Amino acid sequence: MSQAYAIEADGLRKRFGAVEALRGVSFGAESGNVLGLLGPNGAGKTTAVRILTTLLTADGGSARVAGIDVARHPARVRAEIGLAGQYAAVDENLTGFENLEMVGRLYHLGRRPARQRATELLGEFGLADAGDRLVRTYSGGMRRRLDLAAALVARPPILFLDEPTTGLDIRSRITLWESIEALVARGTTVLLTTQYLEEADRLADRIAVVNLGVVIAEGTSAELKEQVGGDRLEIRLARGADSAAAAHALERLGSGLPAVLDGTVSLPITHGGGTVAAAVRRLDQAGIAIDDIATQRPTLDDVFLKLTGQTAAEAVDERR
Amino acid sequence: MNAVANELSDMWVLAVRSAKRIPRQPDLLIGFTIQPLMFVLLFVYVFGGAISTPGFSYVDFLIPGIIVQTMAFGGFVTALGLSEDLKKGLMDRFRSLPMSRSAVLTGRTLADVSTNVVQLVVVLGVGVAVGFRFQTGLGDVVAGIALLLLIGYAFSWIFAFVGLAASSPEAANAYGFTILFPLTFVSSAFVPVRSMPGWLQPVALNNPFTVMVNAVRGLFLGIRVGNDVWLAIVWTIGVAFVSAALAIWRYRRVVAK
Repeated sequence: MSQAYAIEADGLRKRFGAVEALRGVSFGAESGNVLGLLGPNGAGKTTAVRILTTLLTADGGSARVAGIDVARHPARVRAEIGLAGQYAAVDENLTGFENLEMVGRLYHLGRRPARQRATELLGEFGLADAGDRLVRTYSGGMRRRLDLAAALVARPPILFLDEPTTGLDIRSRITLWESIEALVARGTTVLLTTQYLEEADRLADRIAVVNLGVVIAEGTSAELKEQVGGDRLEIRLARGADSAAAAHALERLGSGLPAVLDGTVSLPITHGGGTVAAAVRRLDQAGIAIDDIATQRPTLDDVFLKLTGQTAAEAVDERR
Repeated sequence: MNAVANELSDMWVLAVRSAKRIPRQPDLLIGFTIQPLMFVLLFVYVFGGAISTPGFSYVDFLIPGIIVQTMAFGGFVTALGLSEDLKKGLMDRFRSLPMSRSAVLTGRTLADVSTNVVQLVVVLGVGVAVGFRFQTGLGDVVAGIALLLLIGYAFSWIFAFVGLAASSPEAANAYGFTILFPLTFVSSAFVPVRSMPGWLQPVALNNPFTVMVNAVRGLFLGIRVGNDVWLAIVWTIGVAFVSAALAIWRYRRVVAK
């Protein structure tokens, strides 16, 4: 692969006892870009991140971060990366300030610069007022922000975010997304793992879909959505007997042909708003009554269903 | 040179971090101070009358034993802390930083020395209040205190191993006490070994804990028992080395998951 890749995984393999967590995973993130690893729990995303961040050694394959081989020069890799994880790895019995100061000193920034940087980051992440409080009094969203701040103490050019918003409410999630977007705007390369298509969609330049330890699809968000059919208009009819007539009435409206299942018509569409109004008008003209109408965005499950014929949950169950 | 300085700095930063926890968690602080204090009062006033210690007042006999026991248990916060660091992902954060990898363990055990000092002051203070008196000169007392801190440090490494081997912080706590309680009670810490049944005496006499308690008694009360002090130092260093080796081995295993 070319030099432009800041993060590169090449045929990574890892086995834990009977479970083959990675079965030859390859992907690359270009410098300054965001790569999303999308997949359900147990797909192998975290294992891949742990290998790339030198926490774990691979059984096979190779990986380079900032052009440095992670197996050969782990210490040099650690100087280039920041890691924020799904567990919000901060010390509950320290204050927010003390957590950041500690990380700065472990990067050997020196006492004064470590303190300055801590104050700076607390302000940047909206934690200035909470800086002197013990972290055990923080909310979940505040902890994640502190965790992300801790990963940024040494201004690493490459950042690994392992499910940064899992378990957060929507408001905290959006705040965190905004912080990540600000980082990317400054040129940080990011590898992001997530279970949410929406998150990968919003943050990632390219997405690699991971399932059972292999990459099963790779592309931009638009390319992936094209594969799963993009947004859909779902219309539940008042009378199931109208199905054929409804499908006929909606024929040329969407980006594809309407499908009928159980009294619900599903129509692939490209832009939501206008289409909803047009669909309602047409059905009304045809004298067809409806119970409900809604636009559906594709979810991780849709991607999975399309790519593997299983939902994400089924894929994980099967493995157990 | 720079590498050594960084190593020491990492150890210090993590030791300070560990030590800050104790005053911030009142339940831990109580465990560390009230518990040994209760032991002193219970043994002196409840059991003391029933235990005969020819040649000593029971208070004089007891205090060195209780101090050694307190030092031995003082490291349990290391087990607790390491187990929590593993569970909560902090271990991963430390390991992803360009810092010394051993500092995660050496920082913890170093922090225990500070809690041991606090405990030493509490138990000796209460001991003196209930009638304990040093029978030796300053040199011996200082040597005894140094030995006690060394013993505390060695046992911290046992707890480091326990914390890394246990599945949860609660389990770590339970294991630690299950291992250490018999060790401290089947020894000369609370009763003279001669008062135990014949079959138990050799066990108690050869218990490293007995050796350590006898050495501290020798240094505080002035009754020299052969080479007990040297033997105690050898035992303590041995315990430290073996349990540090076990802790490091266990650390390498748990982080590879």
